[in-house]
Amino acid sequence: MPLATIDAAAKRGVLAVQEYALLSARALSNIFRRPFYASDVFMQADIIGVGSLPIVILTGFFLGGVLALQSASTLTQFGAEAFTGQLVSFSMIKEIGPVVTALMVSGRNASGMASELGSMIVTEQIDAMRALGTDPLKKLVMPRIVSTVVMLFFLVILSDAVGILGGGFVSVSMLGQNGTQYFNTSYQSLEFPDILQGLVKPIFFGFIIATIGCFYGMKTRGGTQGVGRSTTQAVVWSSILIITTDFMISRTLIGIFGR
Amino acid sequence: MNGGANGATPAQTSRVSAEPIVIFDDVSIGFEQKPVLENISFQVRSGEMRILLGPAGVGKSVLLKLTNGLLRPDSGRIFVFGKEISAMREKDLFELRGAIGTVFQEGALFDSLTVRDNVGYRLTEEHLTEDEITARATEALRFVELDQTLDKFPSELSGGMRRRVAIARAIVTNPKLILYDSPTGGLDPITSTTIIELVMKQRDVSHTSSIVVTHRLQDAFVLAMHHFDLAQNKMVLLPPHQTDPNTSFLMLHQGRLVFDGTTTELIHSSDPFIKEYIS
Repeated sequence: MPLATIDAAAKRGVLAVQEYALLSARALSNIFRRPFYASDVFMQADIIGVGSLPIVILTGFFLGGVLALQSASTLTQFGAEAFTGQLVSFSMIKEIGPVVTALMVSGRNASGMASELGSMIVTEQIDAMRALGTDPLKKLVMPRIVSTVVMLFFLVILSDAVGILGGGFVSVSMLGQNGTQYFNTSYQSLEFPDILQGLVKPIFFGFIIATIGCFYGMKTRGGTQGVGRSTTQAVVWSSILIITTDFMISRTLIGIFGR
Repeated sequence: MNGGANGATPAQTSRVSAEPIVIFDDVSIGFEQKPVLENISFQVRSGEMRILLGPAGVGKSVLLKLTNGLLRPDSGRIFVFGKEISAMREKDLFELRGAIGTVFQEGALFDSLTVRDNVGYRLTEEHLTEDEITARATEALRFVELDQTLDKFPSELSGGMRRRVAIARAIVTNPKLILYDSPTGGLDPITSTTIIELVMKQRDVSHTSSIVVTHRLQDAFVLAMHHFDLAQNKMVLLPPHQTDPNTSFLMLHQGRLVFDGTTTELIHSSDPFIKEYIS
């Protein structure tokens, strides 16, 4: 019966949202409770932050470059090629930097979290951890949330900087623009709401990446096939949530600050 | 332990006290609206080994996980060391689990930790010093004859060695109760005998209470009909017609407990399913 299938699917969806909310709330509440696994936070920060540096720098640089390249023809039509720097810095800091960096980190780390925790679930290592008196939410999930939020914040800043550099490189070397003019316009046009928007987003995105990765990891069932499914779903759903959350944050902050 | 006039192992005396340390009171649990265990009631007394038999998929591992609170029953009550664990919160169970050792199927060792860190995991969480952890982990590994593997990772060990390390991890805190989930599952006969010998050693030398889940009848009857001799450092057959008085059996069938009694009662049971199962 189609209705029964829709009913079952809807119930599964609501249950998934409930379980996700519970996992996130319990993991967050563990930040303020002992024991605090500081060494695990630093280890995850190294894996998530330092490990994602190459991909973030490369992505940021080429995105900034391609933004300058693609905007050149349109801006020239209006005699506005002098605004290339502003366009690149606005786009990178407000949207491209946070969103694309989050998507890159999600592809790398949400999948890693889901597969690592999923493998631990199917090999009963999580049960063993609980049997040995350790809360897996404190030991495994909380460090990942804290380190992803913190490291994504700095990765986005780095991506923005490298993206603006990339745009500058293309503007100067390929489009024959004045470097001083490029960097002056990219800096002077920025105002506080632009920076705020660009720095608030990574906090939300980092939370989404870590919680979705850990949620699907801890929900894994069905052996190695289940681990594969969890990994895929973690990347898909964290990407979807990053983009929808980006829209909501942008709409909210533009509504508050007017830009 | 002195031998008899003909060198045979003398009759073993029961160490089982009347005080139950595990009580299942009318416990039921199901998954996805299908019942798995129904109205299970039994006890484990201090010093006793309960061997849990049953076909594959009947719920033996589920029963073990209920015993240390990894799963919660849908109905009924479970008492461990006098505390109702079925009503306790997860965080309150962590302390109680310090007195329960669990040996999972396949060992469930942490891949990214060395043998020393695996065995000393609980001790690390309790903030013992590194020297103390190493000393106690070495002692536990010596019991399972793997004290040379401290710095190895689980991936460098054979299946039997991983299972022995899992036993060492379970006993390092000197628990009062050990839960063994198919400790010989997937192992060859020789390695299985080594594992069963260690389980027996824990019963007879350390006098730890235990629940042993197995679907291998030969392992169950070896445990019931042998005794670990510390002087010879190996298991020895009990005299004819004698079984270990500290060992008894439970049997599950279609989610219900169909047998709860001694080895002799099991062998002489007139229940058709039991007769067919042990034949």
